[in-house]
Amino acid sequence: MQEAKTQSIAKSSAKSLPPLEIHDLTVAYSKRPVLYGIDLEVPQGSMVGVVGPNGAGKSTLIKAIMGLLPVASGWIKVFGKPFQTSVTRVGYVPQRESVDWDFPVNALDVVLMGRYGRLGPLRRPSKSDKEIAMACLEKVNMHAYAKRQISNLSGGQQQRVFLARALAQESDLYLMDEPFVGVDAATEAAIIEILRELQSQGKTLIVVHHDLTTAPDYFDRILLLNMRVTAFGLTKEVFNFENLQTAYGGRLSILSEVALSRAQKKLEGDTHENISE
Amino acid sequence: MRENFLPAFDFHRTFVEPWSAYFDNTIWIVVMGFLVAATCGLIGCFIILRRMALVGDAISHSLLPGITLAFLLTQSRDTLPMMIGAIAAGVVTVALIEAIRQSSRIKPDAAIGIVFSSLFAIGVVLISVFADSVDLDAECVLYGEIGWIPLEDQVVLGGHEIGPLPVIRMAAIAIIAIGLLLAFYKELLVTSFDAGLAASLGINPGRFQYGLTLFLSVVIVSSFESVGVILVIAMLIFPGATAMLLTDRLPRTLWLSALFSALYAVLGFHLATWLDASIAGGMSVVAGAVFTLVWIFAPRRGLLMKYVFKSHTNVGSSQSSQAEMTAS
Repeated sequence: MQEAKTQSIAKSSAKSLPPLEIHDLTVAYSKRPVLYGIDLEVPQGSMVGVVGPNGAGKSTLIKAIMGLLPVASGWIKVFGKPFQTSVTRVGYVPQRESVDWDFPVNALDVVLMGRYGRLGPLRRPSKSDKEIAMACLEKVNMHAYAKRQISNLSGGQQQRVFLARALAQESDLYLMDEPFVGVDAATEAAIIEILRELQSQGKTLIVVHHDLTTAPDYFDRILLLNMRVTAFGLTKEVFNFENLQTAYGGRLSILSEVALSRAQKKLEGDTHENISE
Repeated sequence: MRENFLPAFDFHRTFVEPWSAYFDNTIWIVVMGFLVAATCGLIGCFIILRRMALVGDAISHSLLPGITLAFLLTQSRDTLPMMIGAIAAGVVTVALIEAIRQSSRIKPDAAIGIVFSSLFAIGVVLISVFADSVDLDAECVLYGEIGWIPLEDQVVLGGHEIGPLPVIRMAAIAIIAIGLLLAFYKELLVTSFDAGLAASLGINPGRFQYGLTLFLSVVIVSSFESVGVILVIAMLIFPGATAMLLTDRLPRTLWLSALFSALYAVLGFHLATWLDASIAGGMSVVAGAVFTLVWIFAPRRGLLMKYVFKSHTNVGSSQSSQAEMTAS
């Protein structure tokens, strides 16, 4: 039953409907536009880093995709359909500080929430849902903390729980809002490994990211955003100084400029290697 | 000046007599107190978790003009028009708070204060202007009078009197509350914890927010006769808040809040009997006392344990925080 379902999902995505298609999208908070004329088509199996200065509308974009914000104009399609009809195919990792960690739930409860979308109204999580949730916790190496109340977890552990919950959603498109903020190096490495594994399974990931130094390493595509799309494409093609300068305006700090030139050199090195091969 | 500040404590009069001599009165008052506290407490757990405690306060106050208008329009104190008036008042309250918050720079807490105090004031004015034609006792609306419960009309079923109407009504609402809670537990949980995730799962957080607000209005209007609009808020906040100091799991929080509700009803009744005081007041005083005890003596999160823990592990914790810093 479960297999048949997965197969049918695989089939429908084989029809190459893009996981995310946005046309001429404008989103406004009380008449002040935050996103303006966004056009985007994300190919299946890509891992997109969404980069841009503070207030560029990165989180707004994620929320708009999920229908959490009213769209002033344009449209968004998820796997060729409006978001509401492809709910179970989208997994979400919100910003860590967006929830109250004193909430009386443990790690397993939080991961189980990822299964709710598949249950439908009036149904409770079954034993198999609990097993899946436990397996997801194990994947992020958090199974030992399943019964721990979530405020008793470190920042990195909390982020892992959120990631486990997204895994439990068993989605084809993942939207993640700053999953690397406030986590330790070990967690960051563990998260990126899981993201790559998801990508290798043909899933599509859209990840809001603030760290310009790691962005070119982590993502094969970059979306540079500052109210409008400054650039979108393969990392080696769009992640350059000119585009970043445009997106960030004068707001690129010296530190990030240094980091950037280092990252760029590395990228150029990669391309040279490719050419010499 | 009274000779004694407190009336003399008489164990027999306070604890035995109500159950031996006046059982029929006592049982309905205590049961009603428990039903009100438990129903308010149950919904209150979610209100607290959603940081809507002040919204509960607001709705309980703005009910006053709602039920007064309903009374003036229908000239009856039947449950249905009262309910409709109360629910309308609840919706208007929430809508006004949202409107002020979204269209001005006023922050939510101030918006709540503006809306409920002005609506409440309108109610006070309405009652005093139409005092002749309004058969609503302002004092009763404000403070409630659970002591009258045994005198209310009895509900007769198959020739048997099964209990006073308000108690049966409250029991029905308590059962509906439990039913709704069981049916929508996971939706309530996820929309309270993480509205963004809920939306991404196809569970509309706004719908549950409004549903909860509507049901809150129903619960408040069915409770206010017994505990009054002011003390409803005590019953909304205390059971859940006290339970949350003792446990980390939502289901246990809900069970504990029901247990505390029973405690408030029984002890509050006896406190009021001893002091010859308002029973709803007695229940709320007990609720406050229980909260204070738990706040200080809770096994893991109590003030006392925190103090003991701190003084014992001062050296260790500073070392470990140093280690954490170097690690990061």
